[in-house]
Amino acid sequence: MADEVVLVDTWVSMFGMRVRIALAEKGIKYEYKEEDLCNKSKLLLKINPIYKKIPVLIHNGKPVCESLIIVQYIDEVWNDRSPLMPSDPYPRACARFWADFVDKRVYDVAKKVWTTKGEEQEAAKKEFIEAFQILERQLGDHPYFGGERFGFVDLSLIPFYSWFYAYETFGNFSIEAECPKIIAWAKRCLQKDSVASTLPDEKKVYECVVQMRKRFGVE
Amino acid sequence: MAEEVLVFGAWGSPFSRRVEMALKLKGIEYKYIEEDLTNKSPSLLKYNPVHKKIPVLVHNGKPVAESLVILEYIDETWKDHPILPKDPYERANARFWAKFIDEKCLSAIFKACWGACWGEEKEHEKAEIEHEKAVKEVSELLQFLENELKEKRYFGGETVGLLDIAANTIGYWLGVFEEASGVELLTREKFSKLCNWANEFVCVTAIKENLPPRDKLIAYFRNRFGAGNASK
Repeated sequence: MADEVVLVDTWVSMFGMRVRIALAEKGIKYEYKEEDLCNKSKLLLKINPIYKKIPVLIHNGKPVCESLIIVQYIDEVWNDRSPLMPSDPYPRACARFWADFVDKRVYDVAKKVWTTKGEEQEAAKKEFIEAFQILERQLGDHPYFGGERFGFVDLSLIPFYSWFYAYETFGNFSIEAECPKIIAWAKRCLQKDSVASTLPDEKKVYECVVQMRKRFGVE
Repeated sequence: MAEEVLVFGAWGSPFSRRVEMALKLKGIEYKYIEEDLTNKSPSLLKYNPVHKKIPVLVHNGKPVAESLVILEYIDETWKDHPILPKDPYERANARFWAKFIDEKCLSAIFKACWGACWGEEKEHEKAEIEHEKAVKEVSELLQFLENELKEKRYFGGETVGLLDIAANTIGYWLGVFEEASGVELLTREKFSKLCNWANEFVCVTAIKENLPPRDKLIAYFRNRFGAGNASK
């Protein structure tokens, strides 16, 4: 039976990008449905009634939610090619830990960088840099967080790179100045087709963030 | 080579108890180290420099942190009595609900029990509204779990699984919070399935042996957070 794979997503979401990279790594054909988050579709509310968020992967009619859970699902179903997770339990645990770190320590504080001003923004920038410095130390001298190969942690973090220009512009700081290894790592990841074909243009992301700031009333 | 398994935990923490429950279920011997969270040990800071939190599992010198990550590591390392299903969709489902419990339920429950302070007279009405909102939110969240349980004995089916262990906060600690704060949340009329599940859950040997004493826990939370949001 042919697999039916649908991804409900929005182009600018770094969580959605994780899933798109995973699907591209595995060479999986899928139907993409762009969601307007200001006007959520009946479909989204049906397939993710708990959070009402994207991304949602629908595989043969069954929805899977939460980006890191979706990526692990993809890795387990299409387990005959391009593994995204290491094969041994300890490196797998480390991969899960660091992907969880990205969700807990990067996302919220990054959002504050473009949605706040003044002291709150300065505090957010400081935390943002600290989080990336921790990640830099974890990367060490390896080409990827996965070691020699691009893997789960790389995939979890690289989408944020498309938002760096927006963070730097609104935060008035340079991420490269603080974390050069992270930028070098990101450029290395971008040499992969799955990443290059997924990450949107940073200027387009910036324009989108400008609109979002207006909607949130940040200006 | 002899295996060395250490667990750094705190007696009242549902998160470190989860790790012990999983190890007990699989019959794994381990050494438990109680951490004083107001005075963290050099070992804890060495094994979890990033978050500096418990629980940490140290297996033959290698540390694993974050309770749900540890549970998956335990399941992948010791294959007896699996706690995650084999089917990828069911695994994704278990992971989803475990994350739901940690990210949405616990903070909502805390807010309902201890969130708003009664404060001054004029704040009373506002606090009352906030409290009712928080209770309603918990009710909605518990309903999702009630629906997910369906007619199963455990979330894991016939045997206790990762999701049951992750739901220890609902199965035991919630009752403790209710008694400590005087706020009723998991009522039998609304949540008969969840109540039945909680009763079954705390009777499983590997679980029962790893529950902190109820009175001690109630006293601890009352002491730490006050008498709670119950109508006076």
